[in-house]
Amino acid sequence: MPHRLLRFGLSRKHPEPRMFTRHENLKPAYDVVIIGAGGHGLACAYYLARDHGIRNVAVLERGYLGGGNTGRNTTIIRSNYLTPEGVKFYDESVRLWQDLAVDFDLNLFYSTRGHFTLAHTDSAMRTMRWRAEVNKHFGVRSEAVDAAFVKRAIPMMDMQCAGHAPIVGALFHEPGAIARHDAVAWGYGRGADRRGVEIHQQCEVTGIRTRGGRVEGVDTTRGPIATQRVLCAVAGFTPRLLDMVGLHTPISIHPLQAMVSEPLKPWLDPIIVSGSLHVYVSQTARGELVMGASLDPYELHSTRSTLEFAEGLASHMIDLFPFLGEVKVNRQWAGLADMTPDFAPIMGTTPLEGFFLDAGWGTWGFKAMPVCGKTMSHTVATGRNHALIEGFAIDRFEHYRLTGEKGAASVGH
Amino acid sequence: MKILVCPLNGPRPVSEFAYGGEVRPGPDPDTCSDAEWSAHVFNRSGVPAIKYEWWCHLASGFWFIAERDTLRDAVIATHPAEMGRRPLPPRGAP
Repeated sequence: MPHRLLRFGLSRKHPEPRMFTRHENLKPAYDVVIIGAGGHGLACAYYLARDHGIRNVAVLERGYLGGGNTGRNTTIIRSNYLTPEGVKFYDESVRLWQDLAVDFDLNLFYSTRGHFTLAHTDSAMRTMRWRAEVNKHFGVRSEAVDAAFVKRAIPMMDMQCAGHAPIVGALFHEPGAIARHDAVAWGYGRGADRRGVEIHQQCEVTGIRTRGGRVEGVDTTRGPIATQRVLCAVAGFTPRLLDMVGLHTPISIHPLQAMVSEPLKPWLDPIIVSGSLHVYVSQTARGELVMGASLDPYELHSTRSTLEFAEGLASHMIDLFPFLGEVKVNRQWAGLADMTPDFAPIMGTTPLEGFFLDAGWGTWGFKAMPVCGKTMSHTVATGRNHALIEGFAIDRFEHYRLTGEKGAASVGH
Repeated sequence: MKILVCPLNGPRPVSEFAYGGEVRPGPDPDTCSDAEWSAHVFNRSGVPAIKYEWWCHLASGFWFIAERDTLRDAVIATHPAEMGRRPLPPRGAP
């Protein structure tokens, strides 16, 4: 038997089916080069090939596929934002998410849970009502609910939060969901690969060549490439890429940490967020509690973890759920968040012709992968910003036309 | 716990401090163009480097300047805020 197994394993007739084709060499030229094989870059490659017929595309990744913020987030999908631009954009993303597993023929563990943003003060409740009204205006299912509703939905939560931050109500967003993050990147990657897109891992971009305000090519650790169109989708590495082409943005990099508990029996169905306690938490299909908090307080380009973060988050978790006191933390990690001053992304065309940006995704990028792929592929294919991303253009700062999403994008402010 | 050396209070845990952003000399508001001014208001140097930064010791309300490597999170030196009145000596990549 071991002999037969060995023969099978070494036989060229029965190669192991792989998710992606491995390409030994770069071609000298591509129609489009996408920098960053995370969810955003791969989604754009997928829709470029599927919807726009642009298949001569290379996706370059300096590490491994989905190894950046795609694999480091807390996988919450929602559209209960504050600005009309944000609500319309994320609502389209939620719609795309719901069909994605069928598109890919891959189980994404997409699980609609309902999403509670807790309010501990009257002023927070006012923001919840504001968000609910904007959401409903655009057909998104969100409601401001009172404390009794929250208690019925999550009976095991301490509604007094240990006495110092009693819950007065919440924003309830019924379509709130979680998904398996790796599967999304792999699904987009496989879909793009099957349509002729080349994914090159361990291929770092070292320079971007321009002439007369146009992109001419990309230099990599595996040789130069000629291309007229480059999409930069590199999250926390965005400033370093922009430095290569001399563009300036308000993006600054802060680590965002998260951690996960040991697996427990299913007990927490909805996703819980508390801005005042700096906590968001959901329970995965495996039973682990995935927990996150606010950004690290100062600029840093390192994915190190800190004990202060774990202690702070654990103490707030125990305020909400005192019975978790005995539960162990399994893992802790960090990602590099590319933060913007208005908590909205920076997307679309740039002053450099042929250079497109999908950045400024800070702490809110996972849920947006499908709609970013759709809108950026349209933008790259036509050279004009898609209507849904006009509020996120790079020149909005110059004109002081910010898209203020701070009240809905993040916790801890 | 990370320790920061405050020029006034000596070594203190970093949780006692607030980060105030990079020390950035601004353009003259009377003579600069609108584009220069909005670039100063919003744009930041986002690349990792050894940077001069404003920090505040919260308990004493004391502002000072720290030289910090934003790639390794290492504080190289701290200086009194008066240093910001003169042009700062240039710092290289980390």
